[in-house]
Amino acid sequence: MNEETRAPLVATDQRTQRPVRADHLLIAEMVAPSSRVLDVGCGDGALLELLISQKDVDGRGVEISRDNVNACVARGLSVIQGDADQDLSGYPDKAFDYAILSLTIQATRQPKVVLENLLRIGHRAIVSFPNFGHWKIRAALLFTGRMPRTPNLPETWFDSQDSHLCTIKDFSDLVALLNAEVQDAVAFNSRGQRLAIKNSLSLQNLLGEKAVFLLSPREKS
Amino acid sequence: MAASGTSIDPSLRHATAADAALRQVSEPDSLVIRFPASEPLRLDSGRDIAPLTIAYKTYGELNACKSNAILICHALTGDQHVASKHPVTGKGGWWETLVGPGKPVDTNRFYVICANILGGCMGSTGPASLNPATGRPYGVEFPVITVGDMVNAQARLLDHLGIEQLFSVIGGSMGGMQVLQWCARYKDRVFTAMPIATAPWHTAQNIAFHEVGRQAVMADPDWQGGAYYGTEARPSRGLAVARMAAHITYLSEKALQDKFGRGLQNRDAHSFSFDADFKIESYLRHQGSTFVDRFDANSYLYITRAMDYFDLEAEYGKLANAFTGTKTQFCVVSFTSDWLYPTRDNKEIVKALNGVAANVSFVEIESDKGHDAFLLDEAIFFDTVRGFLNAAAKKRGIA
Repeated sequence: MNEETRAPLVATDQRTQRPVRADHLLIAEMVAPSSRVLDVGCGDGALLELLISQKDVDGRGVEISRDNVNACVARGLSVIQGDADQDLSGYPDKAFDYAILSLTIQATRQPKVVLENLLRIGHRAIVSFPNFGHWKIRAALLFTGRMPRTPNLPETWFDSQDSHLCTIKDFSDLVALLNAEVQDAVAFNSRGQRLAIKNSLSLQNLLGEKAVFLLSPREKS
Repeated sequence: MAASGTSIDPSLRHATAADAALRQVSEPDSLVIRFPASEPLRLDSGRDIAPLTIAYKTYGELNACKSNAILICHALTGDQHVASKHPVTGKGGWWETLVGPGKPVDTNRFYVICANILGGCMGSTGPASLNPATGRPYGVEFPVITVGDMVNAQARLLDHLGIEQLFSVIGGSMGGMQVLQWCARYKDRVFTAMPIATAPWHTAQNIAFHEVGRQAVMADPDWQGGAYYGTEARPSRGLAVARMAAHITYLSEKALQDKFGRGLQNRDAHSFSFDADFKIESYLRHQGSTFVDRFDANSYLYITRAMDYFDLEAEYGKLANAFTGTKTQFCVVSFTSDWLYPTRDNKEIVKALNGVAANVSFVEIESDKGHDAFLLDEAIFFDTVRGFLNAAAKKRGIA
């Protein structure tokens, strides 16, 4: 899975003068300063570094790729080699202010269990994912009769790690099933611009290539 | 059958080397701190040990604010000569690939301390040291020690050196157990910690292999109930067998097969005898016989016992409890082909640290070299150590 091709670089981190992914910037906006953050599927640590430099967070990561983990540790980040399906159960409840899953949920074996764990570990969960309901994908399937391949989802069906692709509506259903609360939901277009259609789930689902959800578990009554 | 070539009895050719090794017990080629009889060390068993001697080496310079000290904890058969020539074997330091000027543990930057463990035979108090009660070497009169006792002795040394907090504690195998014990017992004294290729407890299999080794030593008539010091004989054959068995556990099946396969040693055909026909036999015999040149059999018994007793979970009720409230930054490292202290065991440490929301990194290094990989030239491992220490040094303000 090549995340770089999925999220165009659209901005520059003012402090480090490095290019930043649009969804990372949005996540950084959602995170309160000096909070404790767990980034599940943290890749090369770009988001963690952004959060540390911009929001002074106490950040931890989980990453499946050995090379990425090494790169992260060598950059001074606290990252554990592991995967979202297996290694979240060991974390205590509410260990973090935010548990983040960035463009990873579609590649997990059990997205529901993973999301449950995120909502358990974090006071809030932030989840971004590629939207399979985007009109280009719908059109590609309709007109070609084959699994859609887009710049956002470039792999063939047999190479792809993405075993659990979903649409924004599907994800919303899972959030409802887990009795979590959507605090914010933002969809992006292919250029990484935010869509100003916050109120219509159907339109977001049609026009958004990616989505970021800020969730909180509902307190049990 | 002819004795030459079939035996692993090294007693004849190694008398001189054994003398040299014995000299290290009382007059080690390293720094020494002696705590008098009036300052005994209280052991986990409840017994006291006094006087207490700790032999240690240092590398690099301690900075003015004493913030750049790194303690290296050695493994079962290691010693304080981590990055300099071994006084008995003449070989280079056992971790000089990792520790030295410009190395991942950079002695141009850090002040590195490595002490011979309590129970060892390279100058720190151990079973070959004089028992003040009898005037003879302790032998089996030496009290049974624990990994915790080793760490308490090291803490004494640091007190003596005036080092309040270590920048890092680093160790592999039993060294990693000491690292974990440090972090559990002296939470405020450890800024960062690297437990490497280790485990939070000894498993049944770990204990089993050690028991084979101990029985081999004790079955050697030259062991003489542990009172062989000052006699003509030493349990060299038993200790060599113990080392041979243990050495197999340090290597992976693949490493053994790749290096030796069914290759024959200096011959074209089987000799139809119990000679060392196979390369692997010759290699193990060599490992066994060179080991007894430099190591005391009773030390081997005591140290393996300490490892078998090691169980942080039992000590703290729950493994995570050992680390409650820790502010130490951890980097746990395992190796894929290590079946002695496999990734699974190392991950138990990570899980416990996560359970108390500790600051922990975990890297599993791809290697086919087995447990010994931590001592060998593994570039990615070096990158991890260097990166972790550099980033932490920046945080700690070490130039």
